[in-house]
Order: sequence, then structure tokens, then C-alpha cells
Amino acid sequence: MGSNAPTLRVEDLKTHFFTKAGVVKAVDNVSFSVDRAQILGLVGESGSGKTVTGFSILGLVDAPGRVVGGRIEFNGEDIANADEGRMQTLRGNRIAMIFQDPMMTLNPVLRVETQMMETVLAHQKVDRKTARQRARDALGQVGIPSPDERLAAYPHQFSGGMRQRVAIAIALLNDPDLIIADEPTTALDVTIQAQILFEAQKLCRERGTAMIWITHDLAVIAGLADKVCVMYAGRIVEAGAIDEVLDHPVHPYTRGLIGSVPSRNRRGVPLYQIPGMTPALLNLPPGCAFRERCPQADGACMAEPGLSVPFDGRAVRCFHPHLEAGA
Amino acid sequence: MSVFVIRRLMQSIAVVAVMSFIVFFGIHIVGDPVDMLINPEADQADIEAAMHALGLDRPAHEQYWYFLVNAFKGDLGRSFIFGEPALQLIVQRMPATLELAFAALFLSVLIGIPLGVYSGLHPDTLASKTIMSGSILGFSLPTFWVGLMMIMVFAVILGWLPSTGRGETVPLFGIPVSFLTLDGLSHLLMPAVNLALFKMSLVTRLARAGTREVVHQDYIKFARAKGLSPRRVVLVHVLKNIMIPVVTVIGLEFGGLIAFSVVTESVFAWPGMGKLIIESIQNLDRPVIVAYLMITVLMFVTINLVVDVLYSVLDPRVRLQDIRA
Repeated sequence: MGSNAPTLRVEDLKTHFFTKAGVVKAVDNVSFSVDRAQILGLVGESGSGKTVTGFSILGLVDAPGRVVGGRIEFNGEDIANADEGRMQTLRGNRIAMIFQDPMMTLNPVLRVETQMMETVLAHQKVDRKTARQRARDALGQVGIPSPDERLAAYPHQFSGGMRQRVAIAIALLNDPDLIIADEPTTALDVTIQAQILFEAQKLCRERGTAMIWITHDLAVIAGLADKVCVMYAGRIVEAGAIDEVLDHPVHPYTRGLIGSVPSRNRRGVPLYQIPGMTPALLNLPPGCAFRERCPQADGACMAEPGLSVPFDGRAVRCFHPHLEAGA
Repeated sequence: MSVFVIRRLMQSIAVVAVMSFIVFFGIHIVGDPVDMLINPEADQADIEAAMHALGLDRPAHEQYWYFLVNAFKGDLGRSFIFGEPALQLIVQRMPATLELAFAALFLSVLIGIPLGVYSGLHPDTLASKTIMSGSILGFSLPTFWVGLMMIMVFAVILGWLPSTGRGETVPLFGIPVSFLTLDGLSHLLMPAVNLALFKMSLVTRLARAGTREVVHQDYIKFARAKGLSPRRVVLVHVLKNIMIPVVTVIGLEFGGLIAFSVVTESVFAWPGMGKLIIESIQNLDRPVIVAYLMITVLMFVTINLVVDVLYSVLDPRVRLQDIRA
């Protein structure tokens, strides 16, 4: 492991879906990096390319989708073009993923034990007894009571929150360097959500695991992430340290997102709504994808904005970033 | 689990009881066996003597009661034609039919599931489309015609396989079987393929539909995200899920295999129960027909019971519901 190199560096990642109706640029020129023990929040609406970004890193984009360009550097190794065998040894081992819907991620006809042990056995030369012990320890770590008995249970015997803990335990089994968490708390109720967030943060800090936390909910990552990338229509529109972005968003879209979150300080004032809808990614018109919904849009926005750095530690894809202090 | 089995067992007994009633009285409506058995020249006294000897002069409900009492003793009556116990007649021919049915089942699973899984995983390839078109043929071509064509091609024109009979048999646990001798196997092959064709198509289509549905589930992607080999993903994660509908249908259709074997047995002159029942129906040999139907009912009921138990082994969610029930 390179001491200074980030755990993951994604550069100009392009993942396109070649459908019969045309090319869908689900991920278009996305770049970011995550260091050890760092949590990156990937925020955006449904269909903005967050999940596809996650699958691209794991090499799990299904046809008709394909990674068509860019670099994915994992611990210094470019895995964007790695062969399937190499990816198989990385998946679940060095890079783990947690899915959105815990009710769907576990195979309903296999015992939790089987599903956990196979993850260990796929990557390490240990006997079944050791694998079972690891599985039990991992269940204990994520706070599942009496893990020994629960191992023999089937997924339907767990509640949603417990199933997500099992999924997290599976992700932790081989002590990965990177965990991609795809909206892991969206399907859970708020109290469980808070517990899972707390535990994720703790594990990340303790083990030095890098984490990409994909979500559409700014509130979720506000207290969790170190930095944030806001995605819109397959592109990153704003990136920076989480507190600064939340306090001083400069992209009109980020500003809209933050304005539409209910807050105690603006009691009685109607919530801001971003007008219009997310554009269809199929045959996206040229220029800024947010143009049609943007209050600042003008003639300049007919061209495509590049990623600029208005000030240190911030990147934004806009011709008219909001640079006055205060939001 | 045991509560579930006991409950199912009691339901099964009720089904058998009701069926015995329907079968027994139904067969009385079909026709009078005396007309078939007696010389048309015989006078009234002869007819009455014959009816008395066979117990047919008693009222139907009395005959039914007598049948039930004997059935409990394991006696399902004597054949009017052969003069032998009906049960014995059927049991003698049962191994041949069961061997044929099992061979057909084995073939349909062994060939149907891999074909179905393959075409489910690669739905757009030429091979997959060929498999699917083939399965339509398997569904729609009539069994007897395919059987005759097979005899034409493989027995008459090519001369590779024998056309009729069971061939050489050897006893296995006291039951004569064909599949352990080369000669017997060559006799078994054609009828088994013929009988299996329909089920094979069914299993192929079920396996394909199941596979196509399962591969898009999150848990399959999650299994891949865990770094499992494609082999393990397909053989464990996909296969175990598609086995649920496949086992159900195979189980329920096994009775159908035995029933359909009537046609195949007739075409290939396979000495099984199917041939016996066809002859017995022609002669209105009531005890044999009743005994055959009772045994078939028993078999169906047993198969259903076994399928339900197997199903709960395969699908843990069914088990939980039973504990609640």
C-alpha cells in the first residue's frame, strides 16, 4: 500500500450505456479521490449516476453498460481495465460494497452462515472452522446479539436493520481497504439509520478504511463524511470539504439542494424547490445539464462548463458560481 | 415441521378415502362386466350364478363396504380375467413402469436444467434460441407420433436400438430392472427419451424463466460483489433459487409421467402398468381398474406430500410459516 497515494483515485471516469434508443452517459468525466480513513459523500438525485459510479469501480456494470474511459486507481493500480480474474480477487476482499435495499441483498435460500463463510473462503486459504469464527466475530462487531445462533438463521428471520448489519458484516469480513456504501440507510427507519451511521464512522476510523457513502440525503452525510461530491446528470457539479460545501455552496444546484432541506432556523418559510425535473440522460442536450432549471442560466450556459477551482479546496462546474460570502 | 407433516398426512388420508368412493361407484356406472365375461348364449341361471360368484348380485353399497374391509387387509379383489389378486397383477408390472418413469424424470432434469440455465444466462445467443425452439417442439409434438418416428429412425432404418420390450433384466433388491444390463439399457433408452421429451421441455422453460428472473436480483449482484467465482454464483446462488419452482413442478408432474407412460408403453410394448390398465379397461375388469386407480391415487398423494416436504427443505421461508400455523 503506497503510504501517500490515496486508496482510490478516479479520474475522468466515463460509463456509458449503449441502449437501442441511444447512448446514455450515466457517468461522464467523474473524478475524485478517497484517502485512508476518509469518508467521501457522493450526493445526487436518483439517476444522477452515483450507483453506476460505485459499480464501475467494482467492475460490475452490466450490459449494455460499459466503462468507456478514465482511470480507476486503487492503491496505485489501474483497475479500470483489469481483467475479470483480477477484479474477482479484489471484490469483497479489498473493495467491498453495501447495497441499498437490505431486504434484497441477501440470498433468501441460503443461511447467513453460508453467505458469510463463502466470502471468507473465496479470498483466503482458511478452513471452514476459521471462516465460521470470522463470520461470527464480524456479526458481533456490527452489534448483532448472540451471533453464534444467528449464523444458522436465514435472512427472512432478520429485520431490515439487522439484515443491513449482516450486509455490513459481510463487507467487513476481509478487512477491505475501501467500502462503497450505496444508500445503505435509505430503507431503514431513522433510529436504526443513526446507529448504522455511527458504527460505520467508528469502523472507518478504527480500521483506516476508506469509504464512499452514496446518498441522496445531504443530512445523512453532514455529520459523517469528510468531503463531498455533488453529482448531477452523470457529472460532478461541486466538490469540496463537507462543512464548507454545506455552509457555502457555490453551485446553483447544490444551493437548491441545501435550500430544500427543512431547517429549524427557517421555521414558517416555505421550503425552496428546484424547478423542473432531472433531465433524461438519453441524448442530453449540449451545454450545462442544469441550465433549464437554473435561476442564473444565460447564454454562456449553452456551452459546457468545465470544472473550475474558484478558491482553494473547492471545485465547481458552473459559469456563474455563487461566490459572495454567506448563503 | 412434524405438525406440518401430520396435518398433511391427515389431509392425504381424507383424499384417499374420498377417491376410493368415487372410483368404486364411478366404475359401476361405466358398464356391467358380466356382459363381457359371460358367453352371450348363456341363460339367466348361468348369468346369476356368475354374478353371485363374483359378488355382483349384492347392492352397490354392500359391495363397497366389502371392498373397504378387504382393502384394509391389503386385498383389492381378484381380477375377473386372470383370476389372480388385482394388487399382485399391478405390483408385478409396477417396477417396469416406475423404472421407465424414473429414467424419464432423470433425463428431463439432467438435460432440462443445464439447458434452461444456459439459455437463461445467455438469452440472446443462437444456442439459446435453438434450445427454446426445440422446447416448443417437445411441447407440441404428440408423444405417440414421436415414439413411432423414433422406432422408424433408430430401430428400423438405422437399426441401432431395439424397438420393443424390456430386454435383459437383473434383480435389484428382488425387483427386476433393465438399466443395469447393456441390453436392458438399450431397450430403456428410446421409451425413456420419448416419455421425457415433454417434461424436459417443461423443465428447460422453467429453469430458463427462473434463471432470467434470479440473475437480475440484487442478491446475485451482491454475491458477485463479494468476489465469488461465476461458477459458485450460478451453481449455488442461482440454482438453489430456481430449484424451488422446478422441484414443485417436477414432483407434481411425476404422477403425470406415470399416467402418460400408458401411451409410451403401448408404442414400445413396454410391459408395465399402462399396458395392463388399457387391457383391463377394454375387458371391464373392475378389480384391476379399481386397484390401479387406488394405487395411482396413493402415489399422487404420496408424491404431493414428498414435494411439500422437499419444498420446505428448499425454501426456508415456508418452514417459518409452518411454525406460525
